[in-house]
Amino acid sequence: MSRRYVSPLNLKHGCVDLTHGSGGRAMAQLIEDMFVKHLDNDWLRQGNDQAQFLVAEGRMVMTTDAYVISPLFFPGGDIGSLSVHGTINDVAMSGAAPLYLSASFVLEEGLPLKLLDNIVASMAKASKESGVPVVTGDTKVVERGKADCIFITTAGIGIVPEGVDISGDHAQPGDVILLSGTIGDHGVAVMSKRENLEFETTIHSDSAAMHGLVADMVRAVPGIRCMRDPTRGGLAATLNELAGQSGVGMALKEADIPFKPEVRAACELLGLDPLYVANEGKLVAICPKKDAEKLLETMRAHPLGQDAAIIGEVVEDEHHFVQMQTGLGGNRIVDWLAGEQLPRIC
Amino acid sequence: MKYIDEFREQSLAHKLAADITAEVKPGRKYRLMEFCGGHTHAIFRYGVQDLLPSHVEMVHGPGCPVCVLPISRIDQAIALASGEDIILCTYADMLRVPGSNQGSLNKARAAGADVRMIYSTQDALQIARDNPDRQTVFFAIGFETTTPPTAVAIMQAKQEELSNFSVFCNHVLTPAAIRSILDTPEAVPLDGFVGPAHVSTVIGTKAYECFAADFKKPVVIAGFEPLDIMQAILMLVRQANEGRHEVENEYARAVDRDGNLKAQKLMAEIFKLRPSFEWRGLGEVPDSALAIREEYKAFDAEKRFSIEWKEAKEIRGCECGAILRGRKKPLDCKLFGTICTPDNPMGSCMVSAEGSCAAYYSYGRFRSAA
Repeated sequence: MSRRYVSPLNLKHGCVDLTHGSGGRAMAQLIEDMFVKHLDNDWLRQGNDQAQFLVAEGRMVMTTDAYVISPLFFPGGDIGSLSVHGTINDVAMSGAAPLYLSASFVLEEGLPLKLLDNIVASMAKASKESGVPVVTGDTKVVERGKADCIFITTAGIGIVPEGVDISGDHAQPGDVILLSGTIGDHGVAVMSKRENLEFETTIHSDSAAMHGLVADMVRAVPGIRCMRDPTRGGLAATLNELAGQSGVGMALKEADIPFKPEVRAACELLGLDPLYVANEGKLVAICPKKDAEKLLETMRAHPLGQDAAIIGEVVEDEHHFVQMQTGLGGNRIVDWLAGEQLPRIC
Repeated sequence: MKYIDEFREQSLAHKLAADITAEVKPGRKYRLMEFCGGHTHAIFRYGVQDLLPSHVEMVHGPGCPVCVLPISRIDQAIALASGEDIILCTYADMLRVPGSNQGSLNKARAAGADVRMIYSTQDALQIARDNPDRQTVFFAIGFETTTPPTAVAIMQAKQEELSNFSVFCNHVLTPAAIRSILDTPEAVPLDGFVGPAHVSTVIGTKAYECFAADFKKPVVIAGFEPLDIMQAILMLVRQANEGRHEVENEYARAVDRDGNLKAQKLMAEIFKLRPSFEWRGLGEVPDSALAIREEYKAFDAEKRFSIEWKEAKEIRGCECGAILRGRKKPLDCKLFGTICTPDNPMGSCMVSAEGSCAAYYSYGRFRSAA
């Protein structure tokens, strides 16, 4: 009979405790039997405090993002898959092909091991499907009450193809603004599961890694000027950021912005404006007018860009306003979000 | 979206706009007050004024529940929330309203007070049930729309003998506010009112009949959708042209003459009129607010806790008062867009999305920049 001299992780009833972060045998076991088991790859298996790899020629990009979402599981995803998709997308928005991820975990004492196992398994699935491995990581455990179950920080690096130069400050008057699909799906899916707000819906988060879509786009139109994924603050925040960085205004047409009817209905009910609701699998791209149709076609040919649309154009404006012709035919500003977007009371 | 898209349809909007343009008399101005913040918000969000002829001027009224609450009541709520073992529950917008010395419930929360944002009075009740060792206070604000749910909560609390639940009642009444706007020597000249939507589902159209008669002002009750508002404007222009001053109901799909009798009965059971109540912008308005009746005083936070009342001063230079009365527009205020912005509101009209300063800033400031 072979003995491991370590009792297995109790996934059924076990919880994270402070020993899982104290540098002792319990921590080593958690890393081995949970993180390495799921996220398995050559770099992790080396067991070093860092991953070593060859550096490619050209320009590299690096990004990092912290994930603190509540609830941890929502229709269409969870904090694990989100922490992979989100960081891959931040790398990809430069036009880069993502290469490697890191992941660091802050775990709250008392977190059920089963829950953690599900989250790490979901990360591993997202990482394998995207073809971007998690090559290094870290775990810390904090006392109960010092964190909300689990916080995950991932970082990613990638390499930009030659001839691609995408940046938020490159938009020029006359350029065309494209959106890869319907907006608000993620935010509404998450809100539908929030405490106090639970409502029945068929809406799923759009959480997805978009580097495949981006690769097709930069291949077809290497001259894309700006690209960004409208996450927190929604489409409104992203367009205001780009307008400010580039020193331009924007003119949108509300009628051309794609929404799912269910998302619009949920927003209507809650008094929210879908323009401000978060997305995790959509991107905004700005390109010269001459390339717009080709870019639109390319986006629509990809599963993540089927509902892509041209939603407006870049204009000269010293105030850097994002303006929109409303569905009714009037005009309004699409402003930055002030405070939090909250359901109205009257 | 069924029953929504129909009321935002561009071709119908253009047709209504053409009808209004055909109806207005050359050389005449039509100054129409939309009482409700919900209407103000819709007018800006959909760009309704871009479709209207220049003869029609919309004057924004005081019907934003967050905007009209006086600073002293906010200060009282902050003091309550900062008390020991108290959970203060309120609707979201209230968290950001500035009180004295730039305080707010949000800041009180950051300093350790237990302030919780709720979506329904039922949430407040549940918090009370879940925390039997602590006092849960619901900071109740709003017009007749939000009053019945508060009444239901008080009634339930009594039935359940929920001794740790109480209500800090700040409910106010629409008709009294309209009277206050009209019944003053320096009243802003108005040709008619776009009457409240949701409020009227509760109080009915008959509540407005006395203004139409006493002050000879037409009132058209309208829904919150842009085509509702445009239809109401057309009806008001017609009344003005024909010299009529009647209460008409554009929002017939939700409002009738009597309103919701069940809700009215419930409100009468739980609440009584306050002889007078301070409104931001309007000052003391007689018979304009509700207090909890003696029979339910066990659930009245003002009786349960000694809430000190201190006179509070408006921020210097803030024109919220004149703006709420329709006497000034946001751009007439020196603070607007300089030190007062939605991210750092000085006055209450900049806080709520239904406040006219916030609506003007968020949706319409390109007009003055151009």
